[in-house]
Amino acid sequence: MENFASLLHGFGVALTTYHVMLMMIGVLLGILVGVLPGLGAPNGVSLLLPLTFTMDPVAAIILLTSMYWGALFGGSTTSILFNIPGEPSSVATTFDGYPMARQGQATQALTLAFLSAGFGALVGVILITVLSTWVAKFALRFSSPEYFAVYFLAFASFIGLGAASPFKTIVSMGLGFAFAAVGMDTVSGGLRLTYGFNELLSGISFLIAVIGLFGIGELMLTMEEGLRFDGIRARVKIRDVFKTVATLPRYWVTLLRSSAVGCWMGITPGGPTAASFMSYGLAKRLSRRKEGFGRGEPEGVVAPETADHAAGSSAILPMLALGVPGSATAAVMMGGLMIWGLNPGPMLFVERPDFVWGLIASMYLGNIVAVLMVLATIPLFASILRIPFAIIGPVIVVVCFIGAYTVAGRPFDLWLALAFGGVGYLFKKLDYPIAPLVLAMVLGDKAEDAFRQSMIMSRGSLSIFWSNGLVATLMLIGLALAFGPLLSSTLGRLLKPKTSSAVA
Amino acid sequence: MLKKTSWLLATTIAVTFGGVAQADWKPAKPVEFIVTSSPGGGTDNFARVVQSIIAKHKLMEQPIVVTNKGGGSGAEGFIYTKVAAGDSHKLTFGTNNAYLLPYVAKLAYKPDELTPVAAMALDEFLLWVKADTPYKDAKSYIEAVKAKPDTFKMGGSQSKDTDQTLTSLIQDATGAKFIYVPFQGGGAAGVQLAGGHIDSNTNNPNENAGQWKAGAITPLCVFSPTRLQGGVKVTATMGWSDIPTCKEAGIPIDQFQMPRTVWLPGGVPADAVAFYANVLKKVSETPEWKEYIERTSQTDRFLAGQDLKTFIASDDAKNRKVFEQEGWIAR
Repeated sequence: MENFASLLHGFGVALTTYHVMLMMIGVLLGILVGVLPGLGAPNGVSLLLPLTFTMDPVAAIILLTSMYWGALFGGSTTSILFNIPGEPSSVATTFDGYPMARQGQATQALTLAFLSAGFGALVGVILITVLSTWVAKFALRFSSPEYFAVYFLAFASFIGLGAASPFKTIVSMGLGFAFAAVGMDTVSGGLRLTYGFNELLSGISFLIAVIGLFGIGELMLTMEEGLRFDGIRARVKIRDVFKTVATLPRYWVTLLRSSAVGCWMGITPGGPTAASFMSYGLAKRLSRRKEGFGRGEPEGVVAPETADHAAGSSAILPMLALGVPGSATAAVMMGGLMIWGLNPGPMLFVERPDFVWGLIASMYLGNIVAVLMVLATIPLFASILRIPFAIIGPVIVVVCFIGAYTVAGRPFDLWLALAFGGVGYLFKKLDYPIAPLVLAMVLGDKAEDAFRQSMIMSRGSLSIFWSNGLVATLMLIGLALAFGPLLSSTLGRLLKPKTSSAVA
Repeated sequence: MLKKTSWLLATTIAVTFGGVAQADWKPAKPVEFIVTSSPGGGTDNFARVVQSIIAKHKLMEQPIVVTNKGGGSGAEGFIYTKVAAGDSHKLTFGTNNAYLLPYVAKLAYKPDELTPVAAMALDEFLLWVKADTPYKDAKSYIEAVKAKPDTFKMGGSQSKDTDQTLTSLIQDATGAKFIYVPFQGGGAAGVQLAGGHIDSNTNNPNENAGQWKAGAITPLCVFSPTRLQGGVKVTATMGWSDIPTCKEAGIPIDQFQMPRTVWLPGGVPADAVAFYANVLKKVSETPEWKEYIERTSQTDRFLAGQDLKTFIASDDAKNRKVFEQEGWIAR
């Protein structure tokens, strides 16, 4: 109950005209940087940071977090419209969001994405409000073996999802792991796979790969198919937005399950990317319309978006309470906290309750402001698709390359993006799935670090993954997800002859 | 008339600053601050604090652009600086990694291809354990580690970096043997200690202050020749100045500190080096800088010119000895 009193006080802090105005500015700027792939939330927040030096901490964090929400929503927009995810966590949204847009349902896809994202974020914030003290303690129980188990879970829930052959999935995932290994290795301190290229020292940025694989690869394919976007000439009607809003309750099971997955991954902290992939995997497995997934199934948009935002907002808590940023954006914000003279850590809640609860209250308000603002922009974005391909195609290429350059400001990345574009094209032509590669690139090095740290701790014994209830449970769920489909099909095959012989 | 006034003004400035050559060179375009860590890291905070102070006190006419080039433990930034040889508008922020990184990894730059400008602070290292362990001082902890070699876990940020170097020095000085576990950063190593997943770490004050205040972990000693400043109590019973030096506490290591350094590319005019050294000197005299030093419990120490060169040479030699002994030198 004490938390609610603090929250009400927080609303008192956050609900001033000045702060609400900052939220709107932040969300607008966020949508702007989110829509440009590569610019993204971390860069946007770093650019804005120097302007906040003179502001008071509460106003500054409200501006920055609102920009973060805006950027997350903007990232989903490009995933759906152009198949170019702005953030790692919106990759899963492309799987069904882009097919929906191609079928002329861009408005529906965008509306569903924004609404479910808003729903997920609100669940995440409610969780923070209710459980803040408990959650902070729970996150302390996570060490390297537990992290590895969480990443393993994410990989496992994704295995066997694609329609492609499992061997192609493994090849794609293996390539992803190799790309993730490039650069300096945390555990040994040595350089790997850089071949003397200075540009590869910092590794291959996930964003470059995604811009190439999805954005440029997709454009090459579209060009080959005859320079047109199929069926996106559908008219945009404001009424569609309201109609889609009315369909949302239909997906209540997916919404609740995905929020649960998102919150769990946000506080553990596996992060929004693992959450969105896992939620998509689970939704596909448990849905009654499995075959529709990957071809424009609305549930395939709802699931990753809900989990992404639930994880994104609940991940703010470990940052405040433990001082461990869960994402690049959170790291920039933490840097900001220190410059404003605040020390993230367990004592922040005690020393600066006005700041913490003002921030939490602003998360409620900021997300509501963000959902309203992005819903209002849907007709604008959806009508972009009505522009002829001869005009929009080159614009996308330019946006892709600007995005690739802004990631780190290196000309080398432009060539890399182009190369990934070629790889993406080949993958599509040869029917290799791209998603496993992306998943492996995002979580691969983290999973590797966690595994090797665990091995150092246990002096090489695998039993560390069964050493306590938490990690054992996670590993068991992971193994069940990974081998479940295989087991059930084998069992089915074993049982079938028996039943037929019994009948005979 | 106008000419005369400005001439007078110039003379006054020259006289005020005791004839330092800084009046001869001034940045002609925006200055780029290259940060050799990712956003949120210790070096990032250092550079951004300097940026905010310069902006607030208008110590430079040209605007400042901060870029993070933290790839390869910061090597990305130093290589970028090396390639920019002769460009006096690129200021690079780092630690002693500037001259130590090329030892442990094969990199495309050598320390002498960079021009040292200043060292602005020394970050301290402490030995921390979990608060609810029976070890109340460094000596009893080290004895416990010695009794069971290769069972106690020491956490730190990255591999072959300051934390592992210090761990190696402690092992040499005491005969204790740790399992060293590298994490992604000091923050992660701090949380792992608070959660009881490792037995100790050698974090900087700033990285562990929050957990200490909350009573999750406790410092045993500081690897500094003298005790830390700051009489205010952090917990109910202890403040930074109550922590014994490790030498007092029975670990025979006099000093292990990490300088926060600023560099220019090679081949820049001496006037430019003097200009930035002068600006940074002024930064280090502002109340905001003192506040930063106090908040992060570092040691305030401004070094430039010959003092800096001497410091770097001795720090370099000391670390190199450990690297050679551990076989970390990359060939």
